[in-house]
Amino acid sequence: MEKTIYTKDIPNKKIFVKREFNSSPEIVWKAWTESELLDKWWAPKPWTAKTKSMDFTEGGTWMYCMCGPDDEKVWCKVVYKKIDEIKSFEGTDAFCDENGIESTEMPGMYWIVSFKPSENGTTVDVEITFDSEEDLKKIVEMGFQDGFASGHYNLDELLRDLTDIKN
Amino acid sequence: MRRDIFQGIADPVRREIILMIANKNSLNVNSVAERFDISRPAVSKHLKILGECGLIKFTQSGRERFCELELVKMKEVSDWIDPFMILLNERFNNLDNVLSDLNKKSKNINSKTKK
Repeated sequence: MEKTIYTKDIPNKKIFVKREFNSSPEIVWKAWTESELLDKWWAPKPWTAKTKSMDFTEGGTWMYCMCGPDDEKVWCKVVYKKIDEIKSFEGTDAFCDENGIESTEMPGMYWIVSFKPSENGTTVDVEITFDSEEDLKKIVEMGFQDGFASGHYNLDELLRDLTDIKN
Repeated sequence: MRRDIFQGIADPVRREIILMIANKNSLNVNSVAERFDISRPAVSKHLKILGECGLIKFTQSGRERFCELELVKMKEVSDWIDPFMILLNERFNNLDNVLSDLNKKSKNINSKTKK
């Protein structure tokens, strides 16, 4: 398993994540930008992501639903601001209702995702910026939505995964 | 042998030792051993591993040995046990699977076009 490098910069309201994938930048780019592929990996198990609409253009949006095992539905919306084919894209990611009206209670995020060819495939750098330190802390504590990630894990499983990450 | 913070916290006894020391700031090595049903040498071995992983440090005070948590290292642990990190990591593991399917498909297409 590849190693994920995760850094928090709380004063600057940023999270940095770096991860290598064993595929060419063209293929990794497809997986990040085509909704049929995003639906296959964007949600953590046992949740699933379902796209309602996708317009991958500058100013376009991806609206999707995170569906839980007990029929929970969390709607989210990405607005693409800048696209540099196969190199990088950036945009906002926010919680919204089923009509796409953005939530004012839940923190919004600004994502910059960059793709670089690397020895074994592609290195993806993700920089996530929050509106406020408060928002960053909220996300870090909640893991997006209560129980999303943390509820499905017991500590042993979690630690095993964390050990794998480090390997 | 691998010695890092995750090796340190991979074992339930060691996690319990960490919590025990965290509650007291500093703990006599003998009193750690007394609280477990397992043998003293087994506890010593766990303490030794925790020391090698950099999660605890030992100090000698007269005839007694004390252990303390290495807070910087513990922070490294807490940075990793972060639900957001776990979410991203799950996503990325899913993505690995999607990519390996895509890679297979693109290889198939390539081999078909070659034929």
